Amino acid sequence: MAEKEAKRGAGMSTLLKVNNLVKRFGGVTAVNDCSFEVQEGSITALIGPNGSGKTTAFNIITGYLKPDSGTIEFDGKLMAKPTPSSIYRAGLSRTFQQARIFPELTVLENLVISSSFGWKDLLGTRVTAADRKRGMQTLEEFRLDKLHDLRAKDLSYGQRKLLEFASVLMSDPKLVLLDEPTAGVNPVMIETMEKHIRDRNKAGVTFLVVEHDMQLVMRLCDPVIVLDHGSKIAEGMPEAIQSNPQVLEAYLGS
Amino acid sequence: MTRNGLIRAGLFFGVLITLPFFSTSQWLTNMFIFTLMYVALASSWNLIGGYAGYPSLGHAAFFGFGAYFTAIVFTDSVGYGWSPFLFLPVVGISAAIISIPIGYVAMKTRADVFAIVTITLLFMAQTLAFNMHKLTGGAQGKGIAVPSFDPATFGRPFYFGMLALAALAMGASMYFRQSKIGLSLSAIRSDEDKALGVGVQVNRVKVLGFAISVGITAMAGGVWAYYEGFVYPQFAVDPLITIGMVLMTFLGGRATLWGPVLGAFILVPAQQYLSYELGANQFYLLAYAAIFLITMLVLPRGVIPTISDKIWLKKKQREAQA
Ligand SMILES: Nc1ncnc2c1ncn2[C@@H]1O[C@H](COP(=O)(O)OP(=O)(O)O)[C@@H](O)[C@H]1O
Ligand SMILES: [Mg+2]
Repeated sequence: MAEKEAKRGAGMSTLLKVNNLVKRFGGVTAVNDCSFEVQEGSITALIGPNGSGKTTAFNIITGYLKPDSGTIEFDGKLMAKPTPSSIYRAGLSRTFQQARIFPELTVLENLVISSSFGWKDLLGTRVTAADRKRGMQTLEEFRLDKLHDLRAKDLSYGQRKLLEFASVLMSDPKLVLLDEPTAGVNPVMIETMEKHIRDRNKAGVTFLVVEHDMQLVMRLCDPVIVLDHGSKIAEGMPEAIQSNPQVLEAYLGS
Repeated sequence: MTRNGLIRAGLFFGVLITLPFFSTSQWLTNMFIFTLMYVALASSWNLIGGYAGYPSLGHAAFFGFGAYFTAIVFTDSVGYGWSPFLFLPVVGISAAIISIPIGYVAMKTRADVFAIVTITLLFMAQTLAFNMHKLTGGAQGKGIAVPSFDPATFGRPFYFGMLALAALAMGASMYFRQSKIGLSLSAIRSDEDKALGVGVQVNRVKVLGFAISVGITAMAGGVWAYYEGFVYPQFAVDPLITIGMVLMTFLGGRATLWGPVLGAFILVPAQQYLSYELGANQFYLLAYAAIFLITMLVLPRGVIPTISDKIWLKKKQREAQA
């Protein structure tokens, strides 16, 4: 508690600012006038019942979807025409709910392809000595180094999620959005994932995490933002959120 | 390239370079010219159709472009006979440049839509060839001056021309595999949207791959036109050429170095043999299709990937036992 309070008070600046996002799919309003902020250095949770618009919000923030209206500011700059590529290269990484990796590439190559190399590197060696060194370092951190030569399709589901997480760190992002990092993985892997999020957070990376495992959210995240029907209905410390009547209503009522 | 890879390539090209000095049979030379042409065509198609997973059906348009470009430039004279070969880089680079806007637009679509979009390219090219009379001679076709090569070994320069293009296409394929171009194209083939999201320069690398691919295809068209001596719209921009390069790549194995080569070495001789045996009617096409279908049913991913997986598995098993 005290530690969290201290962090909160340490004069943090806003890294991501989401302003009045709206996104409709036909008749469904997936994201409805949604605004929230992510403070630099935090592990912010984004929770809400199924279908409350969390993934859609991620897709808009990372340039995969155009919002009907609303704006995104990242690192003090308005993202005018965000594309997935420009967002990634600007230092905002994300993972997907269904672990998307490149199954035909090896584990190490999955890291190399994500290292946002330049136009000239394109003509150079597939995996240079420098690529290998840097990639293996990250794989060691994630204890995937022994598997570096395997095709990514031969990994277990949990290992794929871990690999996806590791690979989007190769651009040295400031902010990482994780969409349900522990969904469908075993309890040991959940702990592993938690450890890596903490480690990287200590190293200065900010996180915005969509997560259904409430115990994990309570342990790991501060603050917690709650979405319901595409809008923010509450925000605060995990302890306060847990007893917030509106939040209970949203979860029970849906 | 591994040691074994070098030995394999050395043997392959060593045999092919010396072959014409053992036999001057016109029939055999002719068959090899077409086989090597399809090695070049299938290998170049594989650069974009295999590695990137963009199944172009429009490559014959660029083949036709190369054929007509060469025919138009060399209608009246070919000098000593070597100029059309020396002109090939101009043909290839022109096709590559023209393909940049075409590839950029066409590759906004994917998979089956891309196939349909590119096939319209083929019919557009054919229509142009038929209708730009002044340039192409329309349905009457366009002739190329006949070189004064020794009649006994007349096919030889064309053989070596096609061999050089086969080497160029295989070299490009090898280069793709070993560079970040190939890495990026593989990522695009697996999951293009994800590739965008990890900063892969998707558009650039696709357009680059397409340009190199059709540039080599156009050069093959140039040598072909020179060898045939006459260019007609229906043969220079022929859907069967596109289909040939696609079938051979699928048969031998997409996204491999040797797959398209093997595919060409199986299907071209088979086609020539069958068209000889089954005479002038089109039944040979049925037999040709049958060979393709049976192989794909038995080895759906093509010959090379299936075999190399088996070898890999054996090796792993041996390692596990040791
Ligand atoms: N591509 C889409 N097309 C149509 N409806 C969609 C699409 N994506 C999401 N939705 C709808 O938008 C709403 C929010 O979905 P989503 O953002 O996936 O929620 P969450 O991630 O919070 O579970 C849901 O009602 C869902 O059915
Ligand atoms: Mg979701």
